[in-house]
Amino acid sequence: MRRFNLGYFIKEGFSSIFSHGLMSFAAVCMIVACLIIMGSFSLLAVNVDGMLSQLEEENEFLAYIDESFTPDQVRTLMEKIKQIDNVDPNGVTFITREQAKQDYLKGHETDGLYVNMPDEVLRDRFSIHVIDLEKFTETVEAVCALPGVANHRAENKVAEGFVTVRNAVTALAYVLIAILAAVSLFIISNTTRLAAFSRREEIAIMKMCGATDGFVRWPFIVEGLLLGLMGAAVAFFLQWGVYAAVGKALADSGATALFTLMEFSMIWKRVLAIFLLSGAAIGALGSGFAIRKFLQV
Amino acid sequence: MAAKNRYNKKADASIQRLQSSGREMRAIMIRLIDIHKEYDNGTKALKGINLRIEDGEFVFLVGPSGSGKSTIVKLLTAEITASKGRVIVNGYNLNNIRRWQIPHMRRTLGVIFQDFRLIEKKTVQGNLEFAMRTVGASGREMRKRIPYVLDLVGLEDKADAYPNEMSGGEQQRVAIARALVNNPRMIIADEPTGNLDPRRSLEIMTLLERINAMGTTMLVVTHERDLVNRFSKRVVAIKDGELIRDGQGGYYRA
Repeated sequence: MRRFNLGYFIKEGFSSIFSHGLMSFAAVCMIVACLIIMGSFSLLAVNVDGMLSQLEEENEFLAYIDESFTPDQVRTLMEKIKQIDNVDPNGVTFITREQAKQDYLKGHETDGLYVNMPDEVLRDRFSIHVIDLEKFTETVEAVCALPGVANHRAENKVAEGFVTVRNAVTALAYVLIAILAAVSLFIISNTTRLAAFSRREEIAIMKMCGATDGFVRWPFIVEGLLLGLMGAAVAFFLQWGVYAAVGKALADSGATALFTLMEFSMIWKRVLAIFLLSGAAIGALGSGFAIRKFLQV
Repeated sequence: MAAKNRYNKKADASIQRLQSSGREMRAIMIRLIDIHKEYDNGTKALKGINLRIEDGEFVFLVGPSGSGKSTIVKLLTAEITASKGRVIVNGYNLNNIRRWQIPHMRRTLGVIFQDFRLIEKKTVQGNLEFAMRTVGASGREMRKRIPYVLDLVGLEDKADAYPNEMSGGEQQRVAIARALVNNPRMIIADEPTGNLDPRRSLEIMTLLERINAMGTTMLVVTHERDLVNRFSKRVVAIKDGELIRDGQGGYYRA
């Protein structure tokens, strides 16, 4: 691209937006609609993912220690556990049988049956936190294989459930985003095709004067890019409003105990960047595809 | 060194031979060799056309409607390809020209149409700038070239006018200016006077003749007999896709 053509392409792209005002408005509306739908699903996925991550952080299992082990052997065992893959080295805690009893009694302080329970009933144990929930079962097996681990208690089913829900939500979000991106691309492409059709004579003159395909195509790509960015900016503010409204509705209904939305201030930069990138890409690609047919002169 | 001298002597002898025979060494602008064109619907538009146009010539391509004139123009501008035969324009072999080379080939041509094909929303100046920008000219080049070309076609005071504010003759002058502005080696005019009255037609043809006198090869496609007969130029006549006559200072006979 020649230096003095760049300004021309931008100028032409801008002027074309205004000279085909209605068409441009339609294209921006379509981009806004598609980005809001895509954005809503993405934000839902992000929130579900965030919630599951929070639950994951609390996810741990207990490894009971062989009663014949001396304190030195227990220390050695703890070091070995910390070295196992997927075990959080800072998340391995030694719990004595006395501490375990105290924890157990919380909530049962008035029940004589538990209060008089001897310490020997319980074993010393490690509370072990895992990093990746998907490798939960393998990690538990690796810990249990160590000599000195007499038994364990792990909620494998719960961990697997978390993983399944997360994967399903992520997959659904990806599929929907892909479908909506394709739909947006198609709509933008058609809108630009109409604009290109109304300028086919101009394109034919350009080609007859010796314009390269790139020279003809660039103003349309710039136009699509600008429309995409405009649509993205509008969609961002609307999305913000929708997100705030949903958050308020959840708070009013008292559902926040089950599901709390992330603060928009925590994610707005990411949302804006993704919207702008998606809008620009959809606009530019859609225009690029649409113009192809009219270059065959 | 001796070989080089021998070569130069041989070349000089050839030039002398050509000059003594009254012929000048001129570049071939258009070469059509046994051209056949059959469209997808089965219409045979051209049947074995052979044509050679040299640099600086003024040629009328004449023939009735449907004779194949427009097909020849489309072949020369690489809008379509021949079904059989070879098409060479300004040294470009259009039979195996690559897509990316077509714009470069077209930059050596200026094309004028019957319906002017000006951009209505641009001024005269804007239309010419548009054509120059297409080939990557800078603002400085445009400021230098456009007034010169407008002066040449007699529209120096119309730079800011819009096409719909001008007469048909003036619009065709703008189209000629646009064809000229990139300094092409050859101009192809497809029925340039088709939409004009006889007086304006004569003016336009005189202008094309003047441009040709300045060194630009001119191929004018027309079916206006009176106009062709008024200018004593080479006339190539085709009928039903076949070349029926080709002569210098020729006439267009029915």
